[in-house]
Amino acid sequence: MDLQDYFSLVFSDYTLRTITLGTAVLGAVTGMLGSFAVLRKQSLLGDAISHAALPGIAIAFLITGAKDSNILLLGALVSGLIGTFWIRGIVRKTHLKSDTALGLILSLFFGFGMLLLTFIQKQPNANQAGLDKYLFGQAATLVESDVWLMVIVTGLCLFVLLLFWKEFKILLFDADYTKTLGFNTKFIDVLITSFIVLAIVLGLQTVGVVLMSAMLLAPAAAARQWTNSLSKMVFLAAIFGAFSGVFGTAISASQTNLSTGPVIVLVAAVFVVFSFVFSPSRGLLFKKIRFRKNRRDLKLHKTLAFMHHIAATHDNISHPHAIKLLNNFQGFTRKTLQKLVEKNYVTLNGNMWSLTEKGFETAANLYTKQTTKDE
Amino acid sequence: MNSAQIEIQLIASLVAIACAIPGTFLVLRKMAMISDAISHSILPGIVIGFFITQDLNSPLLIILAALTGVITVVLVEYIQKTGLVKEDTAIGLVFPALFSIGVILIAKNANDIHLDVDAVLVGELALAPFDRLIVNGVDIGPKSLWIIGTILLITITLLIAFFKELKVSTFDKGLAASLGFSPVIIHYGLMTVSSVTTVGAFDAVGAILVVALMIAPAATAYLLTTNLKKMLALAVIFGVVSAISGYWLAHYLDASIAGSITTMLGLLFLIVYLFAPSKGVIAVMYREKQQRTEVSLLTFLLHLKNHNEIEERHVNHLQEHINWQRVRAKTVLELALKNNMIIVDNNIVSLTEKGDAFTSKAIDYIITNEDAQIEDMKDDFFLFRG
Repeated sequence: MDLQDYFSLVFSDYTLRTITLGTAVLGAVTGMLGSFAVLRKQSLLGDAISHAALPGIAIAFLITGAKDSNILLLGALVSGLIGTFWIRGIVRKTHLKSDTALGLILSLFFGFGMLLLTFIQKQPNANQAGLDKYLFGQAATLVESDVWLMVIVTGLCLFVLLLFWKEFKILLFDADYTKTLGFNTKFIDVLITSFIVLAIVLGLQTVGVVLMSAMLLAPAAAARQWTNSLSKMVFLAAIFGAFSGVFGTAISASQTNLSTGPVIVLVAAVFVVFSFVFSPSRGLLFKKIRFRKNRRDLKLHKTLAFMHHIAATHDNISHPHAIKLLNNFQGFTRKTLQKLVEKNYVTLNGNMWSLTEKGFETAANLYTKQTTKDE
Repeated sequence: MNSAQIEIQLIASLVAIACAIPGTFLVLRKMAMISDAISHSILPGIVIGFFITQDLNSPLLIILAALTGVITVVLVEYIQKTGLVKEDTAIGLVFPALFSIGVILIAKNANDIHLDVDAVLVGELALAPFDRLIVNGVDIGPKSLWIIGTILLITITLLIAFFKELKVSTFDKGLAASLGFSPVIIHYGLMTVSSVTTVGAFDAVGAILVVALMIAPAATAYLLTTNLKKMLALAVIFGVVSAISGYWLAHYLDASIAGSITTMLGLLFLIVYLFAPSKGVIAVMYREKQQRTEVSLLTFLLHLKNHNEIEERHVNHLQEHINWQRVRAKTVLELALKNNMIIVDNNIVSLTEKGDAFTSKAIDYIITNEDAQIEDMKDDFFLFRG
């Protein structure tokens, strides 16, 4: 099946449509909440929580003995929240730093989860097969009810986000100020963290424990490069996330032997790289271009100042001089000279140059006045 | 215990020691999450190495995987340097991408590669004794034992040789640089050792357990001591204890050895986290409670000093005036009495000479803004200690 088949099948094939919709919705909601995680410097929280959710899934299965995905996700949510609050406890109560706390909870919870999973596998219960799909995620196992759950959570999340927009925003950028205004910062903090946990847990079934953190981070990190406004960033991150989901599903469906999760993550990574390089204000490419342009302008000024020095020794400022004079001076190039001519600062006559009235004026005021608007 | 069991415990203990040493420095340098990133991103290195050698234990594979680990660190640092995203985001972006490449490489070549992502992440220690190293037809023990033993030997040699450099550059980068030790070389040296250890250990115990064995013993030890040598020793002991007890837990439950070692590490950390003498949660909470009482006492004494009127100093009046609960008021009153700060005469409270001096000093303390002057005053107010 190639990509063209895929796009014609999306609308007719049930499985494909479900998966595409599911990954798109998932990408959107993780992108939205991921923006907050990235800005709150909780980027790696996603990684820790997704690992910490594993024992919850196993325990939920041990208690109920059934593989109802909603109950398993509930278990994951509870254990993810316990992990999150333990991380906060460690950071707040001890002198261990947040990276240590994250790594600890991540590996300890995951190891405990693995212990439970292997323990379950030895149990005489035929039902247990397939629990390990939460490790790497299998988008193919998505059914319509899962997608509905995602849509409901996304709607809920959107509602809460709009309702508490002002509070989230102010807490994000100035926590102390928020407190002085009388907001219950603890409540807002717990609310946003809980929603981040919820989004992560939701994605476990699709992309799995290991790759979930990238789903949270990548769209937000890409969106951050294009704007400085929170609302625009959240919106862009949701779009990037959704598109990573759709493209990832499309690519993995069009090839054999390609699991969806890793492809989605790689597509999201492409978005990130593209944003890092090509974003107009922060991107590496334009930064480099701006850097070179500034350097050229500086050279132009240097040349002009040098010419002014020579011209100032003559009564007639437009007295012609040989271009050769400029040769032992580093700032001089053919191009800068041409540019100076274009600006009417200099006139060229064969091998001779002479400063114009305007050029002399500009050069004299180069370091005293801010006349750089046209350089 | 049969010989396979002894060998498994030996391998687990060696892995624990080999991980605890770089882990201690990672925790101290606030780079714990780097170990998580490395443990995931070595996957493509392992897969490519496996394509070339077709042998999971070949040295080339270890070198390639360690190289991927170092590349991860370089990439993370490059992204950090661009300043486009915060540092932790850089880690979170790099390793899932590399891991995805590894997973896709495995999936695309599933037919001619006997490598399972589960096995990489979780490992199977129980199988380690069956893969034996045979030299000249003589069986000299399990391969993983030799691999991890070699890595451990190198790590210990490097640790002893560069202990001073590591110590200085961990706690004071500027000083290390000015003394002429290149922090960059030490940094990448540590990263290389971490990568090599991760790779050497992963097929015995899995990537996640490597992370647990690096971070958990070091973090647990850090709660108990602030001396680097003691911390290293404690971390090694914790690692080995959990490795051996974890093995027996797995034996008893018939579950994954890696999982139960991690669980033991978790239990150990939980116990220390709660009960560590000065940095445990209970100790911290107790100290905070004491500090609250000390502050209350000060407030109380200041109130007494401010009022000479008898009605302001009546025991019952104090309760309603400073707005304290009955129990709290009683605690403070008793503490003040015990320290001879006040005398209660006919339910009227008044300051003693000592109390008066103490309060004047306290006012000094409050209005002095210079840290240096406060330092030696501080001790006077810790009524519970000393």
